[in-house]
Amino acid sequence: MSVLSTGRHQSVSLRFALYALMLLLALVFVFPFLFMLTASFRTNEQIFAHSGSIGAFVPTGELTTANYAYVLGNGNILHFFLNSVIITTLTVGLGLIVNSLAAFSLARLQWRGREAVASLLVVLLVIPFEAISVPLMLLVAHLPGLGFEAGRLVLTRSWLNTLYVQILPFVANAFSIYLFYQFFRSIPKDFDEAAYIDGATPLQVYRHVIVPSSKPVFATVSILQGLAMWNQYLWPVITVPGESARPLMVGMQQFFGHTTEWGNVMAYATIITVPVLAAFVIFQRWFVRSVIGSGVKG
Amino acid sequence: MTQSRKRAYGRRIALLSSGPALFGLTLFLIIPFLLAFALTFTDQRLVATDSGRFVGWRNYERLLSISYVVQDPQPGVQGKPAFARVRDVTRADPVHRGFRPFSDFSWGQKRVTILAKDPVFLESLLNTFGFALMVVPLQCAMALALALLVNAGLRGQTFLRAVYFSPVVMSMVVVSIVWTFLFDRDLGSINKLLSLLSLGTIGPVNWLGGRATAMPAIALMSAWQGAGFQMLIFLAGLQGISQELYDAARIDGATAWQRFWNVTIPGLRQTIAFVLVVTAIAALGLFTQVDVMTQGGPQNGTSTVMFHAIQRGVREENIAYGSTVAVVYFAIITLLILAQQALQRRWSK
Repeated sequence: MSVLSTGRHQSVSLRFALYALMLLLALVFVFPFLFMLTASFRTNEQIFAHSGSIGAFVPTGELTTANYAYVLGNGNILHFFLNSVIITTLTVGLGLIVNSLAAFSLARLQWRGREAVASLLVVLLVIPFEAISVPLMLLVAHLPGLGFEAGRLVLTRSWLNTLYVQILPFVANAFSIYLFYQFFRSIPKDFDEAAYIDGATPLQVYRHVIVPSSKPVFATVSILQGLAMWNQYLWPVITVPGESARPLMVGMQQFFGHTTEWGNVMAYATIITVPVLAAFVIFQRWFVRSVIGSGVKG
Repeated sequence: MTQSRKRAYGRRIALLSSGPALFGLTLFLIIPFLLAFALTFTDQRLVATDSGRFVGWRNYERLLSISYVVQDPQPGVQGKPAFARVRDVTRADPVHRGFRPFSDFSWGQKRVTILAKDPVFLESLLNTFGFALMVVPLQCAMALALALLVNAGLRGQTFLRAVYFSPVVMSMVVVSIVWTFLFDRDLGSINKLLSLLSLGTIGPVNWLGGRATAMPAIALMSAWQGAGFQMLIFLAGLQGISQELYDAARIDGATAWQRFWNVTIPGLRQTIAFVLVVTAIAALGLFTQVDVMTQGGPQNGTSTVMFHAIQRGVREENIAYGSTVAVVYFAIITLLILAQQALQRRWSK
């Protein structure tokens, strides 16, 4: 195993100490979540009354669902929720197609300039999004786009305050292409050569040979990209000041800024967090693999 | 199909399949990146149509100019030394036009005042480095400890691994809001716990409201949120270390501590370098926590480079100046990556 190896070499007391440490750390890692969940079922008075005891993390005493009723009934949380779902699914869906096709082209097709593009890609990997967010904002503020005015589709002069300004810039992703590229290169060449001999076109090879044998990398890219999109904050906060295209995270921050009702805030936070946490619990194995896959070599 | 037609067809397919991604990367990554550099030499604003003129190095000058004044004490009231106002000194001296005081300290009898054209940027830069210096060691050490623990072969470790990782999937906005309450001076559980553990000797700390404590508090929370990610990367690294090395060390009578320093750490060297750099890059981009929890306060005590870039570039609509801040941020990241690569080359020799 490792340094803290168990088995015959490990004494009972050491093992006991390790268990205690693991459980203590587990508490450290779940207590804010427990607090959020518990407080979401309490009034301000109840939250304050329990804040100094273990009761802050355990749902005891007077509990209420009024916070959820309030948050769901007032404000636009469902609208923002829908926005976030649309943004996340469209970006991930389009991204899977666009990035895997590009990686297929780079890894499996012969064309001039391929090597140059592949090495450019590695350079692009080191540009953090933060470094380009300001000029990108200027760019999208002046791109012609489509919008609705009084129910009619009209041409607009800016992408600000739209759903697509939160989608289109993130579809093509250098890191996703890189992950696909690494994976596709590891698939034996004989697979596609056999298909080509049978008369398959490149796109058929992509669909029937490459995609079916690459499920792990598709899962990895979906999870990493999906998490990043769902939790995105910096970009919508600067490009979507209005309400109509606002995503959940900005909605949460705005709600937080305009209330002193902690119970409501925690109900809002719980509603946002539960879907992601549920996805994590269900696909835990895949989440773990994704992270390890993303860190194998940067 | 003839050979040449087949080749032309292949080229078309290649272009078709990589085209959308390359178009997207060009429009939304390469162009803004080049634009960032170009904009730093202009006075571009977000909406004003008469902006965008070439202004040379003016943005960099405003951002990076640092100077100082040394003042001799003047006889003040009741024999105490007094100093003329810095503002009066800098106004009188054309060399210091546009400079504002950043901080001052005593040098014997004299007073030295550091000046900057953009003191908030200087402060943001120092805050950002300070944050990175706190969060990177803390988060990486935590991650390594967790990785060792869930790799020890104990029962339930898969479950606990998921528990330690779970904050990573929570949004930073949500985490920041929940911790804002936990850090609260009068109601927060952290103060209550401290008071309990110290038997009441540690009074309530105004974590996010104090200049000295706000950044450490944010660093602590950030390390808590992110450590699970690095834990998994360390875990992958740990599993790459050969068991034989541990067995050999044990036969030689090495203690657990010696095995850790002589087998685990050398075996993880590449992983550690990678994790440190990735964590540092993320730390230097600190924005969300600050925007949600403190808005850069108190008195710019938690303003960061990215927060300053967004504040100036977007909220004050000075795109050119915001881009200049972003370019400086990118330069720092680049230096970091070059340093890492130099180290790796040295190690792999």
